[in-house]
Amino acid sequence: MSRWLGLVATLGVLAGLVMAFGVAPREMTQGNVQRIMYVHVPAVWVAYLAFLAVFVASIMYLWTRAAGADWTAHAAAEVGVVFLGVNIATGAIWGKPTWGTWWTWDARLTSVAVVFVIFVGYLLVRQMTDDPERGARFAAVVGIVGALNIPLVHFSVYWWRTLHQPPTFAKPGPAAASGAIGMALLVNFIGLLLLSAYFIAKRYALLRAQQEATA
Amino acid sequence: MTFLRRAWAVTWKDVLVERRSKETVNAVLFFSVLLLFVFEFTLGADRERLAAVLPGLLWLGVLLAALLGLGRSFVLERENDCWEALLLTPGDKSAVYVGKLAGNLLLMALVEAVVLTLFTVFMNVDVARALPGLVLVLALGTLGIAAVGTLFGAMTAHVRARELLFPVLLLPVLVPVLLAIVKSTESLMAGEPLGVVSHWLKLLIAADVIYVVAGLLTFDVLLEG
Amino acid sequence: MARLATSDALIQVTGLRKAYGTTLVLDGVDLSVRGGEAVGLLGPNGAGKTTLLKILATVARPTRGDARIAGHDCARDAERVRGLVGLVAHGTHLYDDLTALENLKFWRRFAGERPDVEALRGALAEVELDDCADLRVRTFSAGMKRRLSLARMLITRPRVLLLDEPFSSLDQGARKWLEQYLHAFTAAGGAILMATHAFGRELDVASRLVILGAGRVIADLPRGTLSADAIHRLYALHTEDAR
Repeated sequence: MSRWLGLVATLGVLAGLVMAFGVAPREMTQGNVQRIMYVHVPAVWVAYLAFLAVFVASIMYLWTRAAGADWTAHAAAEVGVVFLGVNIATGAIWGKPTWGTWWTWDARLTSVAVVFVIFVGYLLVRQMTDDPERGARFAAVVGIVGALNIPLVHFSVYWWRTLHQPPTFAKPGPAAASGAIGMALLVNFIGLLLLSAYFIAKRYALLRAQQEATA
Repeated sequence: MTFLRRAWAVTWKDVLVERRSKETVNAVLFFSVLLLFVFEFTLGADRERLAAVLPGLLWLGVLLAALLGLGRSFVLERENDCWEALLLTPGDKSAVYVGKLAGNLLLMALVEAVVLTLFTVFMNVDVARALPGLVLVLALGTLGIAAVGTLFGAMTAHVRARELLFPVLLLPVLVPVLLAIVKSTESLMAGEPLGVVSHWLKLLIAADVIYVVAGLLTFDVLLEG
Repeated sequence: MARLATSDALIQVTGLRKAYGTTLVLDGVDLSVRGGEAVGLLGPNGAGKTTLLKILATVARPTRGDARIAGHDCARDAERVRGLVGLVAHGTHLYDDLTALENLKFWRRFAGERPDVEALRGALAEVELDDCADLRVRTFSAGMKRRLSLARMLITRPRVLLLDEPFSSLDQGARKWLEQYLHAFTAAGGAILMATHAFGRELDVASRLVILGAGRVIADLPRGTLSADAIHRLYALHTEDAR
């Protein structure tokens, strides 16, 4: 099953690359570096979907204590953290040549960074708890609180940045979501989504194998 | 009714133990005073800059003291395995959460009173006009900090590197609450009316509701051994 | 304590398995204890005695298998079991900075009851601590703390006592007292499962011995059947033979 998923994911990512480099128009002021947006933006969407999965799986785990729910939450959290990391890294890579700086405390970057740290904390809790079953329970609680916190983080950071001072940098994005650009974003999103699903499936299988080796 | 009585028992017990051992309160109060000195030494020279960052400093002081105090609220239970006994007594375990939360709120209220007084006296800050609004912000913000702090404190009491993990988990989650209270305090101390910060207050209320409900629903899972 | 039908198994363990991560601590334990019976649980370090007690006390959950107290499942019906069971383990479950009476008051209130001070003083008198009622627990000896823990627990009238090395660090007087108490408990129909290291007089409380080795029951026989040496040899066999 996961091999099939891997195949489709690879196709999706390839299609995304084709859209990003071939079909989408070249941005006027920034040049080709702007194409990094086609990974940068979908990555954060995928990450947030992964965290939604963490939220649901964590609730399921606390309710049913089914190991599968715990493995899902764990795998999804890892994948979410990785994709957010990709988002932050591509943001920095995009930012350096475009604005001359690796980092700015604008609303989007800041809120992504906060959510990133919250879910790194989720992974840390698992690692630092001696009893794995207890670690799973603790992580579930962190996952639930962390996921519920995401909208709060977004609003608070956005208000912080925009209500009393004008935004320092407006993130350059597609001026209008023109057909080709929108299409490219969508294809890349689907490609990355499939890729993340593949990673989650693989990680889940690994966690299950680890558990069954001892039972 | 029994629930509240049980929660009250936990609070009463914590207050009694704290009054006799004086461990946490002394440490936290002393720490707050030290912070005052640190702020004065690092920023005091430039009075204007100090006035500008004062709301942030005020809350930084409260937060750091809270990190110290909140993390310890469950360490008491680890001695003599009282933790286990709390779990083994039949009854809704979230009464422990509510009891501990109440105790932590008392501790934080004490810290805030001290920090505010010290700031007013030593940094020559005039909070009088802003006081009513400030008290509201303090109340809502403190509830949020204590609600998550109590929940995570229960969790980290059993983890190896507690002193490290507790702040690492708590601070990022508290970012919205921190932003809300610092920004509101700033506006209020600049003389603006309460209505200007209503969106922040709504955020605080939403956060408080989310954290307390999450705490009530998930606490018993944390007690299990 | 009312007399209970001694034919019912108050403690029933079937095929119990417990793994902490990749370590298998209990590997298929079967055990039953009837009302009025006191069973001594023996075994070398790491055999799983404490884990078994923890699962029965509902502090830990089994990985597989069944553990029941008076017919109630320890994992699924934990709250019911908690009302029936008393655990005396390593920790005293007492707050050192509170007095003996305050400790009892707290635990009463936490159980949802209004503390009847006279009744609590009576409970203290039963464990011969009535003159220490207003002294802080920090000043107590190990034996006094053990007695106070028992007093605290016995107020709830459990039907099953789970004990983990209850005689350790007790002086002569306290040991004698505890022996008498445990005898009275089983005489009234309660069941006792007591884990112990030692082979001395503690075992006299038990009518039966169950020996654990490498997470399994390796012997289940009346006390006195095997000598201490024979038991030691059994231990050696089952720790070398680990899994």
